[in-house]
Amino acid sequence: MTATPSVNSTVATGTSTGTGLARATAAEFAKVFSLTSWWLLGLIMVVYVGITAAALAFFFSDLGAQLTSAGSGAPAAQLDAVDAATLVYSSVTAVGLVIPLLFGALLATTEYRHHTLTPTVLAQPRRGIVLAGKGVVAALMGALYGVAGLIGSVGFGAPVLAALGEPTALGEPEVTAVLLRTVLATALWSLIGLGFGALLTSQIAAIVIVLAFTQFVEPILRVVASVWEWSAALGRFLPGSATDALVGAGILSSLGALDPSAPSAAVDALLWWQGGLVLAALVTVLLLAASLTTMRRDVE
Amino acid sequence: MTTSMTPRTIVPTLVTIDSLTKVYGEVTALRDVSFSAGPGRVTGFLGPNGAGKTSTLRILLGLNRATAGVALFDGRRYRDLESPSHRVGGSLSADVFHPGRSGRNHLRSVAIAAGIDRARVDAVLEQVGLVDAARRAVGGYSLGMRQRLGLASALLGDPDVLVLDEPINGLDPDGIRWMRTLVRSLAAEGRTVLLSSHVLREVQQTVDDVVVIRHGRIVFTGTLSTLEAGTARVRVDGADRAALADALTRAGATVEPGDTGLTVLGIDVARTGEVARDAGIALTHLSDESDGLESVFLALTADEGSTA
Repeated sequence: MTATPSVNSTVATGTSTGTGLARATAAEFAKVFSLTSWWLLGLIMVVYVGITAAALAFFFSDLGAQLTSAGSGAPAAQLDAVDAATLVYSSVTAVGLVIPLLFGALLATTEYRHHTLTPTVLAQPRRGIVLAGKGVVAALMGALYGVAGLIGSVGFGAPVLAALGEPTALGEPEVTAVLLRTVLATALWSLIGLGFGALLTSQIAAIVIVLAFTQFVEPILRVVASVWEWSAALGRFLPGSATDALVGAGILSSLGALDPSAPSAAVDALLWWQGGLVLAALVTVLLLAASLTTMRRDVE
Repeated sequence: MTTSMTPRTIVPTLVTIDSLTKVYGEVTALRDVSFSAGPGRVTGFLGPNGAGKTSTLRILLGLNRATAGVALFDGRRYRDLESPSHRVGGSLSADVFHPGRSGRNHLRSVAIAAGIDRARVDAVLEQVGLVDAARRAVGGYSLGMRQRLGLASALLGDPDVLVLDEPINGLDPDGIRWMRTLVRSLAAEGRTVLLSSHVLREVQQTVDDVVVIRHGRIVFTGTLSTLEAGTARVRVDGADRAALADALTRAGATVEPGDTGLTVLGIDVARTGEVARDAGIALTHLSDESDGLESVFLALTADEGSTA
């Protein structure tokens, strides 16, 4: 044996947990960007949210006129211009949350579907670091999808509002707050998807459940929950309701608020940070459960 | 002055599998499996499909958890190594790639996660002959190409130890010859190579040491030549049969007298001839009646009922 220093002695210094997480995160980004699904999801986000926002902008300008002229009963609450614009911009969270949710779920379940967890865990045997790296990627990509959604909702919604002679309310502090918290909401929903996918591991099941829950189950639950006061109090903690609270706007919340006699009107809505905490708690529970169960299993 | 391209010194590493037991629900896949693989040698881990080869190797690489026992690299578990991918390279299946990702991007993401110099990606692609296909999606690769990509991931960290599960599966005859040469040269550099196969014939010219597993139990460990010697069966006859039997017995063989000569077990045909010459006995017959390595292997791995 010669006295040549081995590579091992030089690489051994750079293997602390900190650099391990940085590497795991960078590797996850490399994996995401080497496939096409990430930008397809982003494109769908812009277009889907954009069309929804444009339709809502048109509907609300029309609705505003009808609500003031219709005199068929008690005077209905009227949406003021800022609220209407806020609702238009919040189409990101009204219809677009499914995108970051799917992204997060795919980030976890693709590894199981294509057995890529084997090379992933060989490269980083500490599975907690692998999951943490995915968490960073899920949060940042979720935020990116939030920005993509805002490009859709503001980019399509504001011109329609302006064309119909409605104020766009852009630059109003409360609207700016809604836009910023929208990005926080999509980041959290991407993390919810990651935790859910890591816990479920089956890609098909994850996609089906994510679509069914966000498109059917939760909206129905929220409508049903608003029937009684006690259920309305519980319904505030449904992820969609908590998201409306976090963002500060939501179609289902607004429809409830239009009728002051509804039982849900008697229940105080969550504050924005309370809504955020509900979602953060859900993320924590899902990721913790996954790291204690599925992430400890044998890699197949 | 050293550069990243300077050949590094291999750290001789001993792989120790110590009393591994693995229970899946009701099924005991491994029972008290123990063996070792040393540096500078190619160890063939052989047994029929389902015997427990993959389970053992997955436990060794920290992917699966043993019910009991340990599998160590110089006394440390894979996950406790300071830089596992620089010490140990593993390829466990040709089915661990995303079909939509290119081979090169797969290797890049592994290199990033493991802290391996990015220049190694192109180096290993060259080494396994995948340069032309590197930028194509893995979904379009043949099984042989995916085997090469798996080997490339194992070589990425320029490791001291290579753990390869059925590396020959799906390779054409040229590919098998290429793999044999590569594996031999890796061992010649001082690396420890542990590879599994369910066909002894295909790795016979590659391995130095043999470990045979059957139904989750080790049934043979030793050098290939020990296994070969165990198969030797020679028919011999001479002018003085009694003296010949006596000389062969003294040389360590087991001699069975028969009507047409002697059956000699335990030494090969060449050694039998030497013994007769040294004893000054003229032979009237000398023939190699060995069953061959493959049939010994089959006998070792056959079910109890069909064992000869």
